[in-house]
Amino acid sequence: MTDNVTTDTAPRGDLFSKFDDIIQTRETLLATGVEDPYNLVMEKVLSPTRAICNGRDTILLGTYNYMGMTFDPDVLDAGKQALADYGSGTTGSRVLNGTFQGHKECEDALKEFYGMDHAMVFSTGYQANLGIISTIAGKGDYIILDIDSHASIYDGCAMGNAEIVPFRHNDVEALEKRLRRIPEGAGILVVLEGVYSMMGDVAPLKEMVAISKKHGAMVLVDEAHSMGFIGENGRGVAEEQGIMDDCDFIIGTFSKSVGTVGGFCVSNHPKFDIMRLVCRPYVFTASLPPSVVATSATSIRKLMHGSNKRAHLWENSKTLHKGLLDLGFKLGTQEPQSAIIAVIMPDLQQGAMMWEALLKEGLYVNLARPPATPAGMTLLRCSLCAEHSAEEVQTILDMFERAGQAVGIIG
Amino acid sequence: MTEAEVDTRIRALIEPFNKKGVEITPATTFANDLEFDSLTVMDFVAEIEDEFDIIISMNQQAEIENYGLLVAAVHKLQDS
Repeated sequence: MTDNVTTDTAPRGDLFSKFDDIIQTRETLLATGVEDPYNLVMEKVLSPTRAICNGRDTILLGTYNYMGMTFDPDVLDAGKQALADYGSGTTGSRVLNGTFQGHKECEDALKEFYGMDHAMVFSTGYQANLGIISTIAGKGDYIILDIDSHASIYDGCAMGNAEIVPFRHNDVEALEKRLRRIPEGAGILVVLEGVYSMMGDVAPLKEMVAISKKHGAMVLVDEAHSMGFIGENGRGVAEEQGIMDDCDFIIGTFSKSVGTVGGFCVSNHPKFDIMRLVCRPYVFTASLPPSVVATSATSIRKLMHGSNKRAHLWENSKTLHKGLLDLGFKLGTQEPQSAIIAVIMPDLQQGAMMWEALLKEGLYVNLARPPATPAGMTLLRCSLCAEHSAEEVQTILDMFERAGQAVGIIG
Repeated sequence: MTEAEVDTRIRALIEPFNKKGVEITPATTFANDLEFDSLTVMDFVAEIEDEFDIIISMNQQAEIENYGLLVAAVHKLQDS
């Protein structure tokens, strides 16, 4: 009877058996006594760059809060006002009862920010990629994407019915070969990212978009990690490389530079608005709360005038990148290309030890590991903020030096 | 190109990826017998695509579990 069932014998047909390898890897790691890298709690958030994490005053260097908008007084005021005026939630889909004045104002802010005709706000950035990609590329169409694309792009591909063709990361020639081999007359969507979040490297968008257009493809660029920071007006890598007009769709998120949550797609396609009726991840979910669209719209409008902050963020990125190289760490890029700096760890074990040593120093970074990372690497991913002071960046470097020596990663 | 010719050319391409020198038969699987991870799969597929000037989409790759299925699929693709 059931009394005889022992805990180490999985019941027949246990659907969780497929996770046994992951459970084992995790248990092995935690058995070394290391603090759980995926169970951190921030008990109190003091500013865009500081929080009390697991009881310690901690500098935040892994939150993608690039422009430090999360405590901006104007942004907070807009949110409080919207909470008072419109309530805590919309309780409905955008296409039914879930479009309030604030949602339109947020989309207007995006149109102005990007100088584009159409903007569509989703409840998360993940859903923006999921919805747009799965909807516009259908059966018989081809999606050509960079092999290092974000999970939301792959999931958008998996949800749709198009043929999926990956190419080697940032390899213009590999993209060109695949474009050339697509059967005559098939629709093509090329999916690229401005900044790749794992290594913090930038794509050669200018060459890639030109070749894609030459082969009659439509181009979607995910600028999640460049919005607000890269380009003269913070529109992203496409702006910096001068090819905004050739991008058919730009996807972005509010959960990084904007400092809230939500996702969007902007486009100049004359028929773009039909997406509101046919895109299931847009239709079959509740819209963002009024406070979130109000804080987002205010933040987006302030980011248009954020050139001083952008300049300071570049300074921070350059200082940290050079400092880490000088200390002897191996980094994901030879030059700083974005606000992300990836520190390459020898393996998961040492990566977790280094992560914990930094946390005990009072520094939070992301521990990134396969399958999220390229080439099976373990990374300590640092994302800088425009609100990190120059002194804080020096403090961060001192912490890396002490932790790196203690763990034995640097000499 | 005949299926035998396709087989010969893929056998040559697979060699540098066959680190353990596993004997290649039609039943040899990529995930289990050859222990290909996702990056190896991408590199190997790219070699085949370049050699035969074809596209093997991820949707098609999902159906190709063993060497025999690969040869048949490439033979069909380069013919069309």
